Amino acid sequence: MAPLTAFVLAMALPAVASAFGQDFYVGFASRILIMAMLATSLNLLVGLGGMVSLGHAAFFGAGAYVVGILATEWRGVGNYALLAWPLAMALSAALALIIGAISLRTRGVYFIMITLAFAQMLFYVALSLKAYGGDDGMSLSQRSSLPGLDLAIDSHFYYVVLALSAAVFMLYQRLCAARFGRVLLGIKDNEARMESLGYPVYRYKLAAFVIAGAVAGLAGALMANQNSYVSPNMMHWEQSGVALVMVILGGLGNIWGGLAGAAAFLIIEEALSAFTKHWAIGVGAILLAVVFFAPRGIAGLWTAKR
Amino acid sequence: MSGVLLIEQCLNGIQFGLMLFLLAAGLTLVFGIMDLINLAHGSLYMIGAYLAATLTQATGSFLLGLPLAVIATAVIGMVLEVSVLRHLYRRDHLSQMLATFALIMIANEATRAIWGVQSLTLNVPEALSGSVAVLPGVTYPAYRLLIIAVGVLVAMLLYVLVTRTRMGMLVRAGASNREMATAMGTDIRRLFTLVFGIGAALCALAGAMLGPLLAVQVGMGENILILAFVVVVIGGIGSIRGAFVGALLVGVVDTFGRAFIPSTLRAFAPPSVADAAGPSLAAISIYLLMVMVLFWKPQGLFPSRG
Amino acid sequence: MNLLEIRGMVKRFGGLAATDGVDLDVRQGEIHAVIGPNGAGKTTLIGQVCGTLAPDAGRILFAGVDATRLAPHQRAELGLARSYQITSLFPNFSVIDNVALAVQARSGSSFRFWQPVADERQLADAAQDILDRVGLGDLGQRTAAALSHGEHRQLEMALALATRPRLLLLDEPMAGMGGEESAHMVKLIEDLRGDYSVLLVEHDMDAVFRLADRISVLVAGRIIATGSVAEIRADAEVRLAYLGEDEA
Ligand SMILES: Nc1ncnc2c1ncn2[C@@H]1O[C@H](COP(=O)(O)OP(=O)(O)O)[C@@H](O)[C@H]1O
Ligand SMILES: [Mg+2]
Repeated sequence: MAPLTAFVLAMALPAVASAFGQDFYVGFASRILIMAMLATSLNLLVGLGGMVSLGHAAFFGAGAYVVGILATEWRGVGNYALLAWPLAMALSAALALIIGAISLRTRGVYFIMITLAFAQMLFYVALSLKAYGGDDGMSLSQRSSLPGLDLAIDSHFYYVVLALSAAVFMLYQRLCAARFGRVLLGIKDNEARMESLGYPVYRYKLAAFVIAGAVAGLAGALMANQNSYVSPNMMHWEQSGVALVMVILGGLGNIWGGLAGAAAFLIIEEALSAFTKHWAIGVGAILLAVVFFAPRGIAGLWTAKR
Repeated sequence: MSGVLLIEQCLNGIQFGLMLFLLAAGLTLVFGIMDLINLAHGSLYMIGAYLAATLTQATGSFLLGLPLAVIATAVIGMVLEVSVLRHLYRRDHLSQMLATFALIMIANEATRAIWGVQSLTLNVPEALSGSVAVLPGVTYPAYRLLIIAVGVLVAMLLYVLVTRTRMGMLVRAGASNREMATAMGTDIRRLFTLVFGIGAALCALAGAMLGPLLAVQVGMGENILILAFVVVVIGGIGSIRGAFVGALLVGVVDTFGRAFIPSTLRAFAPPSVADAAGPSLAAISIYLLMVMVLFWKPQGLFPSRG
Repeated sequence: MNLLEIRGMVKRFGGLAATDGVDLDVRQGEIHAVIGPNGAGKTTLIGQVCGTLAPDAGRILFAGVDATRLAPHQRAELGLARSYQITSLFPNFSVIDNVALAVQARSGSSFRFWQPVADERQLADAAQDILDRVGLGDLGQRTAAALSHGEHRQLEMALALATRPRLLLLDEPMAGMGGEESAHMVKLIEDLRGDYSVLLVEHDMDAVFRLADRISVLVAGRIIATGSVAEIRADAEVRLAYLGEDEA
């Protein structure tokens, strides 16, 4: 079982990193896993349901702001992870319900653009929140608190992120194989036919949109904790673009696409930035190469070989 | 609000709208005929502005720098079409978005590498730095009037090109029915390259003309790209007429939003709230416009494809 | 008893009325053929009955329910199923998964997020039964996109049957088929008699005369005659408008 092996290896990471005095990599791994959750939630929309959203970062940012705002407005209790994180998911889900209900009336490029438009609106709303830092964003004085753990310690936080991301990957895998996943795949393949077979297509798409929004909200809440910082840029369309890039890079619809894409993107970025300050040119060149030589993404290469 | 201010803002809106049209025209054609989502369209605008600033400085004349920048950018655009974008026409939208997102990363970083991180200044030519009386008692900057004149002229030229020439006929056929255009044979590849070159030239023209009014800096392309996409979607993909109407609509709504929403808000809300929310509401207004248009007409104002 | 009643159906595309006041009844249990020249509005009529084309005027009663304003999926729930003149399948699904997806549509909610579909044997079993029935029993594991044209038509039929409809709307099920394949399809439709009511649009006159209980002739968006096979064969107007050119 490859996933199990990977999970065990991931469990050992903090110990190994600290043995080599490379604690930086624990935080780096947390970032990869959080972005992998975001990308996986987007993969549910794009890879499974064929809904190309260019505004997914809106829910990511909304989740982060819930954590930031609760922590500043309600010292103590507002910091409880068990309160703040579910609330982040709930708010993101609610936003996704509203935005999805309107956006899903359109298709194709119009859908891409309308999701982008909504995300930009939320971006500007965040910009105007002067009480919460406006365009500077806000720093959080501490991470959320969980009973029995000290999330200020990077390895503790990492284990929580690992557990939650493993749960997300598992949910995604189950969902793919379950009735709901089949329906989404069917909609991607032939929406009109699904409708005429008797599926209320709109409802299924909206449900997927809300689930994806909630998971993105959780990822945002975790990222706020990881960075101890929340800013409007988390909702910027380029953040949505990066999430989409990760999904395509990793493998559309592939169960491991989100993880592979997030890991590859962040590792390439990290590795290249050690060599040159113009690393973005290298990342761009690699992405171009992927488009032309690995159209099914990294995870696609893997599954094609087997 | 005074009548003078109203006229002034109207002119500002039209001026900005016309520049948006220059960008949107190329974007909508590439979108409609080649079915290519080109996220890197804004990069050509940025490159055009940088080249105009540099060439103006080198030649000592804006009147020389501008056409040189336009030609150079057109060449860059055509090279880009032949080397990369041409191979994306038959790919899905996601691959196109990944590849052109990669191009944005490369273009931005290359620009930083060549010109540095500081923004450049491009000055209004001496002769045009004054104001002109457009109506008794109403003066307006001469340079902005020139922009309007150039915008109108180019729009008319494009109109003639699209409606009166053989190339235009092919372009229109292509926008409403790609198979038909392909069936007509006539070296469609050369036509595409040419259309792309014209699109790039229009980008550069807009970038160079707006350069003295806005900062010439990395990232300028992405901000305006989103607006251009909004224009294209409002107008209906592939429709030049739609792009024209959409561009003026967006230009005027955006300008009026910025000019009047903050001051109007101050009349109703405490200044702190008004100052924070005003600019954001103004920025949101065009996205709201787009959502409303799509809600009412999911294919934009002038759907060119059935 | 009438299972389907169409009254005054109109659909305009720009200036052209593709259907122009169509009245048509399909009785419970009958095979009702609609014939007419190309462009008469047959496909448009089917689209209006199953709800993918909004009518400009007219009413549709299905099983006593006013279906005029219902969405396509709601009509499917009432028991309407269609096959498409231009094949409309799930090209990236295997053949059996195509049918299983259709079976799933009418066997309980699909808002199930955890239980793998593979555990639901009854879906695959029902799908296999239908594949056997349409003659694709051995091809279940192929990708739908890899089938031949004739096989696509059979799978198209299988999808329609899999939703266990009360009324089947078949849009030229034999279009583009070879002799042997169409003979098989005729046999298949013959076997449906009694289990299903069928609205059959078809060009192949031999097949229509063999299968239909009643025939309606649609010309330029209007029904110009309805009757038994014998009546339609005898109807002079029909001969002139349609059969004449076909047999000439
Ligand atoms: N989506 C559409 N837009 C415009 N015209 C259409 C459309 N669909 C069908 N038509 C026209 O309506 C008429 C009837 O078409 P159709 O119902 O497909 O005929 P049939 O199936 O009887 O051959 C034809 O003239 C056709 O060109
Ligand atoms: Mg037809």
